[in-house]
Amino acid sequence: MDIAANAILKKKTNFLESIRRNIVVRRFMSNRLAVTGCALLTIIFLMAIFAPLLATQPPLEMKVTDRLKAPSAAYWFGTDEFGRDVYSRVVHGSRISISVGLSVVVISSVLGLVLGLYSAYYRHLDNLIMRVVDGLMAFPAVLLAIAIMAALGPKVENVIISISVVYIPTVARTVRSAALVVREQTYIEAIQALGGKPWRIIWRHIAPNCMSPLIVQATFIFAYAVIIEASLSFLGAGTPPPQPSWGNILSDGRTLIRQAWWIMVFPGIAIVMTVLGLNLIGDGLRDLLDPHTNKAKS
Amino acid sequence: MVKYIFKRICYLLPVLAVVAIVDFVIIHLTPGDPAAVMLGSDATDADLAKLREQLGLNLPIYVQFGRWLWGVLHGNLGWSIFMDMPVSTAIWQHLGPTVSLTILAEVIAIAVAIPLGVAAAANRGTWLDQLFMTLALLGISIPSFWIGLNFILLFAVKLGWFPAAGYQPLSSGLVNHLKYLIMPAVSLGIMQGALIARMTRSSLLEVLNENYIRTAEAKGLKYWVIIFKHALRNAFIPILTVIGLTFAVLIGGAVVTETVFNIPGIGKLVVTAVLRRDYAVIQGAILMTATAYVLINLVIDLLYALIDPRVRLSK
Repeated sequence: MDIAANAILKKKTNFLESIRRNIVVRRFMSNRLAVTGCALLTIIFLMAIFAPLLATQPPLEMKVTDRLKAPSAAYWFGTDEFGRDVYSRVVHGSRISISVGLSVVVISSVLGLVLGLYSAYYRHLDNLIMRVVDGLMAFPAVLLAIAIMAALGPKVENVIISISVVYIPTVARTVRSAALVVREQTYIEAIQALGGKPWRIIWRHIAPNCMSPLIVQATFIFAYAVIIEASLSFLGAGTPPPQPSWGNILSDGRTLIRQAWWIMVFPGIAIVMTVLGLNLIGDGLRDLLDPHTNKAKS
Repeated sequence: MVKYIFKRICYLLPVLAVVAIVDFVIIHLTPGDPAAVMLGSDATDADLAKLREQLGLNLPIYVQFGRWLWGVLHGNLGWSIFMDMPVSTAIWQHLGPTVSLTILAEVIAIAVAIPLGVAAAANRGTWLDQLFMTLALLGISIPSFWIGLNFILLFAVKLGWFPAAGYQPLSSGLVNHLKYLIMPAVSLGIMQGALIARMTRSSLLEVLNENYIRTAEAKGLKYWVIIFKHALRNAFIPILTVIGLTFAVLIGGAVVTETVFNIPGIGKLVVTAVLRRDYAVIQGAILMTATAYVLINLVIDLLYALIDPRVRLSK
């Protein structure tokens, strides 16, 4: 009898959960700007996944006879000073931006989540962790990333490490402030009274309730990571040439701006499309998941 | 108020301590021997030993930190081996252009963003609101250095209105100074302005929902009086916060913008130091900008108290 009642209850909960999820998805899809963001980002993701199929030339192939050719049917985005096809380099460059952005989001979200949750739950840790977080947040993101790159050397893995270090404190702050609110709820007190273990309370009961602000934050971090990777590579402290990244193609374009505008225009458009897409999705998610902004908007 | 200022300053000390530790540790992340990295593969053993001695690399790490911190507290940020001068002198020589650039960018950003944010909030839901907020969204999505490159292409290469790159100090005349600085400042200020405009709109909308605004409307006050006299003043704290917090974005953007426009500021100094592996300069410049950021946010914290008495009166 008990088993049957439990099964019915579970079915009912699953049904309600699926309705709730449907409403959330429908509300997100009714936001035209967020859907535009998803479309932009899908284009960039497809470009990164199918780069070898979409590129018309190998991105490193030099054709000295075709140096600095303007955009044409043969070279859609023109060629650079070594006769390399800018279109193929931009397409392959998306792989660096997307992989750096995703890696930074995963690393900074996981580590920031751990720091934020433990900081909120154990008050004696809070002071220490938050002072370190405050100290790290005092460094301008690009400068901190440049300094770490200068110490570690220019490599894509190091770009990921340096940008992740920059954003771990931001995530920790966001998660901590959400977790502090959850921690004071009566149900957490009830679980504590029932003898629930701290790690179980933190990970099973507090963490899931901190996911909404974390997801919104992660979208914006993805966008910032794309800009910082491009900035580092533009300055010569990021992805090392000849491997194409949007930032280092822009750097080539800067020196040839008078002769070949196309080298700097197209990778820039790709960066703007990616960052704009992510910001639109982030804004859409925030409107959906944060009741505070909903109130302000109404 | 004095108690409030004292409390804020005490709160800063641990943050500055962390800044100093992080700044010191970063350079020690270098794999292998920093002296060998700095001098390259052609260096002799004698050169390496001399540089290690000069940088104190053969001392225990805590002694190195103690010596470095003692120096920093006495205004000695180290010695640049490539520029052959004290790091503090190098920073001082490069400070002027960065200060001019960031102040001008911030002024442009605030002057444009606050009226746009107010106009968007006051006309919520209309085409004007949508237009301004779309522009703001574009503003936060376009990297400042790419805007800078496009400005060079359009206004310098095609139209010839402004010089493509370079810097003239204020002593060469205000017009000349601005002629070189306006393109970099606008390109740097756009992202900052977009962030401020978005925050102005959202915090103003929140205040406009308050009961006292309804009371002001019921009293028959003019709409612009309600917005500027009653709402904007109360919406100002989040706006000030975003101005302070995004100052780091501004400095970060300045590093890249200075490279685009070949401006001999702190950003250019750091980028050149990174390419030469001149660690003392990187360390000194980053310490200085982080400290500047902390101090600017202190000033903003104190401004809160001036604008809103509840801040200084609450415990």
